[in-house]
Amino acid sequence: MPLILASDLKTHYKTRDGLLRSVDGVDLVVERGETVGLVGESGCGKSTLGKTLLRLVDPTEGRIEFKGEDITTLDQGRLRNVRKSIQMIFQDPFASLNPRHTIGEILEAPLIVHKAGNRPARRRTVAGIIAKVGLPADAINRYPHEFSGGQRQRIGIARALLLNPDLIVCDEPVSALDLSIQAQILNLLVEMKKEFGLSYLFISHDLSVVRYFCDRVLVMYLGRIVESADNETLWSDPRHPYTRALMAAVPDPSRPRQAAPLGGDLPSPSNIPSGCRFHTRCPLATQLCRVADPEFRSIKPGHQVACHVADQTN
Amino acid sequence: MTSLLLQVENLTIGFPRAEPVRNLSFEVRAGETLAIVGESGSGKSLTALALMQLLPRAAAVISGRIIFDDRDLLGLDAREMRHLRGRDIAMIFQEPMTSLNPVMSIGRQIGEVLKAHEKLSGRAARERAIELLKLVRIPAAEKRVDDYPHQLSGGMRQRVMIAMAVACRPKLLIADEPTTALDVTIQAQVLDLLDTLRRELQMAVVLITHDLGVVAQWADRVVVMYAGRKVEQALPGELFNDPLHPYTRGLLSASPRLKHDFHYLEGPLTEISGSIVSAAGEVGCPFRPRCCQARASCGHQVPPLIAQTPDRLVACPFTSSLKAVPDAAHLSL
Repeated sequence: MPLILASDLKTHYKTRDGLLRSVDGVDLVVERGETVGLVGESGCGKSTLGKTLLRLVDPTEGRIEFKGEDITTLDQGRLRNVRKSIQMIFQDPFASLNPRHTIGEILEAPLIVHKAGNRPARRRTVAGIIAKVGLPADAINRYPHEFSGGQRQRIGIARALLLNPDLIVCDEPVSALDLSIQAQILNLLVEMKKEFGLSYLFISHDLSVVRYFCDRVLVMYLGRIVESADNETLWSDPRHPYTRALMAAVPDPSRPRQAAPLGGDLPSPSNIPSGCRFHTRCPLATQLCRVADPEFRSIKPGHQVACHVADQTN
Repeated sequence: MTSLLLQVENLTIGFPRAEPVRNLSFEVRAGETLAIVGESGSGKSLTALALMQLLPRAAAVISGRIIFDDRDLLGLDAREMRHLRGRDIAMIFQEPMTSLNPVMSIGRQIGEVLKAHEKLSGRAARERAIELLKLVRIPAAEKRVDDYPHQLSGGMRQRVMIAMAVACRPKLLIADEPTTALDVTIQAQVLDLLDTLRRELQMAVVLITHDLGVVAQWADRVVVMYAGRKVEQALPGELFNDPLHPYTRGLLSASPRLKHDFHYLEGPLTEISGSIVSAAGEVGCPFRPRCCQARASCGHQVPPLIAQTPDRLVACPFTSSLKAVPDAAHLSL
């Protein structure tokens, strides 16, 4: 049984400009112990998808199962229990920490909400987790502004770990950090994964980080997953033209500069193109692509792609 | 041999209780792209603001010279500088939305730049604005000229900023993290555009960035800054194949790369311990608190820049011993 499973998940918003189809029919599975990367441009719906899985946003259609239990329509009371097991880490650790609370208070709050032990026991738990994530012991009595960006992200990680979750949704956890700090945080996440047997859904726009950090990768475009493969396969044999363009756009010291691989902007999710939603920017688009929405199909075990011409892209 | 356009000599910028840029020297040659790379707190953005004479009120240039086109910018008065700024030296910023006026059409904003430096009628300014929008490859420029910033995507807004910056054909364009807020696909388009314009308009570009990949592919020369000082200077190829300063070496091995088949199951990324904050108030080498190669003598004085060739400088006296280590990836930084 997968840890979390989403089928035909849709999250639509009604706006003045019409229906915004942020998540528009996503199937997704995260197995226990797996790190799944979710990559795509800003506006592709990857953060909304993450929030929908946690039910921080309610899905419009589709189904979410956590450890076999349907949580799509659970009421808030029963959802609280599930939330113990699914936590989230955010991009900007400063914005997600209350500036007027000490780190001790911030970290104790989830334990109080979930009635985990009496006060001395909670204090012990907090002190333990602070040491685990590499913060100094006196952090308990200090405020968020006294910490650097990397240390704040450690606080965010500590908070996510407190209730012994099974799954952590990491939404761009290292994007706001300097390069020299990124490595520290990624290493910490790997250590914590081993120690607590965690699974991660790792949302990122940074392909190099995903390349290092993930077991399997999902590529998202305008509300849909367009390619899914294990890490090795995706980097060595990407099939979707969008995946290829994304990779080619990453500036890399080890290869010469090339022309921008993709023209134009991401179309608006309130005005999704007909047929294949990528056809307006696709270098390989055919007449078929303009009219028919490609199905998300397996091209070999563990490798799926939503593209009419993916077989000819070699 | 190309001529020198800009020469920064021993620039020190101070706030009342700190000196975020110390004793910085570099030069920009006509028509080249010089990258200044560093993390937050390295002083790279303040340096850019100093070139434009747009430092925040609390900050001041304490010493040094900024020679642009044979004139010391620090000796100019406000009026002379205003005349120069936007015409000979222009700047673009990281977040185009915060630098554009939300209640003025982009055409009028571009027109404002032109009218500040030339006598132009409203109609002529509009015509020129359309030309400039075409120059930065904005489709349907005649229609877009009346758009407001919120109607444009992030990439388009940055193109508008670039149009404003190059409106008067500057000799020097300072681009402070111009693509940091953009997706990689859009980043590639914008960098492509900047480079094309650099050639077409024969301007020099100072590209300020924290992204080593961008540096590698777009710069002619690179200056690496750490805690307000220049710690290394090199050609991009040299920097990536043979980094000399322990900080540069650390940065390169700490960054996961697409073409490296390195995965978390095979081991942790090399870390640089601590953070740039720990350099504050230090005497001696600013990188010493985080450097695994640090020795007692590193605490005595700031290591001077050693020139290996005129374009290859490093502020670490122990690089020869560092070079003995065969592979940067095995440094236990």
